Amino acid sequence: MPLLERNRRNGTMRKPADFEATSRARVWTTTGLTRRIAPYASLLAMAFLLSLLSPHFLTLENLFAIGVQMAVIAIMAIGQIMVIISGGIDLSVGSVMALSGVISTMLIASGVPIGWGIFAGTLVGGMCGLLNGTLIAYGYLPPFIATLGMMGIARGAALLLTGGVPIFGLPPSFNMLGGGRIFLGIPVPVAILAALAVIGHFVLTRMRFGRYVFAIGSNAEAARLSGINVRSVIARIYTYAGLLYGFAGVLMASRLSTGQPTAGTGYELDVIAACVIGGASLSGGEGTVLGAIIGALIMGVLRNGCNLLDISAFWQQIAIGAIIVVAVFSDQYRKHKVKGAA
Amino acid sequence: MGIPTDRLLLELRGISKAFPGVQALREVHFELREGEVHVLLGENGAGKSTLMKIVTGALPKDAGEIRLKGRKVEIRNPQHALSLGISMVYQEFNLAPHLSVAENIWLGREPLRNRWLGLVDRRRMREEAAALLGRLRLRLSPDLPVARLTVSQAQLVEIAKALSAHARILILDEPTAALSESEIDELFAIIHQLKAEGVSFVYISHRLEEIPRIGDRVTVLRDGEYVATVPADTSPAELIRLMVGRRLEQLYPKLPANPGQIRLEVERLRRSGVLHDISFHVRAGEVVGLAGLIGSGRTELARAIFGADPVDCKVIRVDGEAVDIRSPRDAIRAGIAYLSEDRKLLSLALNLSVLENITLASLDRFTTGPVIRVEQEKRAAQELVQKLRIRTPSLLQQVQYLSGGNQQKVVLARWLIREAKVLLFDEPTRGVDVGAKAEIFELIGRLAQNGAAILLISSYLPELLGMCDRILVMNRGRLVGELTREEATQERILTLATLGAE
Repeated sequence: MPLLERNRRNGTMRKPADFEATSRARVWTTTGLTRRIAPYASLLAMAFLLSLLSPHFLTLENLFAIGVQMAVIAIMAIGQIMVIISGGIDLSVGSVMALSGVISTMLIASGVPIGWGIFAGTLVGGMCGLLNGTLIAYGYLPPFIATLGMMGIARGAALLLTGGVPIFGLPPSFNMLGGGRIFLGIPVPVAILAALAVIGHFVLTRMRFGRYVFAIGSNAEAARLSGINVRSVIARIYTYAGLLYGFAGVLMASRLSTGQPTAGTGYELDVIAACVIGGASLSGGEGTVLGAIIGALIMGVLRNGCNLLDISAFWQQIAIGAIIVVAVFSDQYRKHKVKGAA
Repeated sequence: MGIPTDRLLLELRGISKAFPGVQALREVHFELREGEVHVLLGENGAGKSTLMKIVTGALPKDAGEIRLKGRKVEIRNPQHALSLGISMVYQEFNLAPHLSVAENIWLGREPLRNRWLGLVDRRRMREEAAALLGRLRLRLSPDLPVARLTVSQAQLVEIAKALSAHARILILDEPTAALSESEIDELFAIIHQLKAEGVSFVYISHRLEEIPRIGDRVTVLRDGEYVATVPADTSPAELIRLMVGRRLEQLYPKLPANPGQIRLEVERLRRSGVLHDISFHVRAGEVVGLAGLIGSGRTELARAIFGADPVDCKVIRVDGEAVDIRSPRDAIRAGIAYLSEDRKLLSLALNLSVLENITLASLDRFTTGPVIRVEQEKRAAQELVQKLRIRTPSLLQQVQYLSGGNQQKVVLARWLIREAKVLLFDEPTRGVDVGAKAEIFELIGRLAQNGAAILLISSYLPELLGMCDRILVMNRGRLVGELTREEATQERILTLATLGAE
């Protein structure tokens, strides 16, 4: 299994001596803390700065708008973070999202009850994820390749089904999911995101499955030798992630009241960036749901701030790119320093 | 056959090296004459590889001096050693499998056609590589990718690489470990030829029978100390006596055994080319040692029992009941635990916490449905941390920041919490300091007394002699002997392990 091999290779990079414990421990306690706080601190700093620069930033309406915009990305990041913690990567995010949105809107437009349409769209995402997971766990495909394939397949399927034309003619009540409000005027997507985040956090920190996800990402062979059915866990990870992408796709379609076969193009990068900015390590074994959501929020606030301050959208892209590089750089720098400390 | 001259090429005087908790080398001497094959002999852990790492600049020495042709040198790093003409051929080859033979030989020193553009002179690379291969009687195209070579061919390519860098001193680390008889003959012929051309060899080997065939002199190390330098035609019995010495440490708190029922029974275990028809049993309360050289199949046997590797056929019974073990999961369910030889690579999830590592194999005991009962899990782990005296600032500390001994205790804790009936220990004290070693042995003794069946693999014979009720000896994938505690001596074990039969 490629996953196992990768971890083995990581392992061979280890230092020969086992005698580095004390000096390392000290480095850890300080840098570990700063690293964990960094995403939250930078979010707060950005928010503070923007509230000074623009009177519109710190209004409830603007904050809700940011929430609605980032909810889709953040929900998908909950799926992606599981994949990344397990040492994998999922590039099929945006395409699976589009396919799910298209299928659910096609069904609803053709008269299927809204609830069933939402369910079917989500399920399509789950099926794509199951296919990814099966190919990776049982077909020995590297996650990058399997999901790159799915990225093309799902996008192609969405375009094929619609003939490249968006699906319109949806009942207005379908818009409730993406455009509705609940008590205190909280947008429905934000409430759903909050609920999914709590569930995701619980699964990863309090459930056996979550523990196995971390163990596999940290050392898949050790997990196998501890009696964990590594393949089945991997297949499940991608399936759950797919379900989340599927649901996010339906949510997006509902918000726009349109089934867009080109929806979510380029979202894979936003979603992976959210996880990485939020402190996940692409070499596996590290990451949190909360971090991934904060990562999505940082990007959302940045975009919103640029809009409020009338800064060109091109600058937004540059800024987000820079943030990703800085986040990963600081992570790598820390790891390198810890290793070099011996 | 080339005759070594009396001119000293390399002298090591009073070399010492300490790692925290271990004195790896204590005032070791070694000398190499021009055109000589000097065998470096010693048990695993005697300090051979540490000494050679110092010579090749991979490790700094603490004290002592190195003289090359009479002149004192400080070897700073491997590149520096290479420029002084010192090259080492490791057991695991350092070749890039996808590059061609010629590209590997020249790797990092490619001859250039144009220095400014960095254009590689491919023709020169190929021609000189071909000439080198010819000198080593290797009929190979220099364009062949290394991945397609046999082990012995890859080894010769390594030697060619060293020669192309004008190596005068070649260090060979167990070069025959993976070779067939005819390949060994070829290798020896080439060593003799290179000797005649003035190349000197440091030859590390465990195989006593090949020493008189290839060596001129033998230097024996034991426990990091220089023992003696003797001619290569010294008898194997005498060499073993020198390797083993006379003292037996009382490091092993062996508890009196009262073996009960047969707990683990292995029958006709076979994996083609690796393990040949292996049958044995371990009783409850018994500690059975598994001795053998590196590569004799000890680890493979333990992994096969544990279901970590597929085998062609096997019958395994636990407490008299046949169990079908196809994966580690099945083995763990049957009450078998396996402590792998490489805890960082195979046992620990390094960036997870002490807590998560301890309960990794037994989460089912701390869950209601799929949900972990966090408090109960913490209590159980905390109990083991105290019981095993695992020194960690907290349960949430990542295991990568623990010392080797404490890491090993975390792995032990993982299986103690599981209450395994059969424990397969593969080199449980590797990279562990002396204090933790004694604690680990004490624990093994207590486990046995509580009725566990224990199979102990170790390359360090005093450990086996000190801890085991019986010792099984393996040689090239076969069980070649069984010695009781009373019968077992280091000499007898080594004889079985190196020669196959007494």
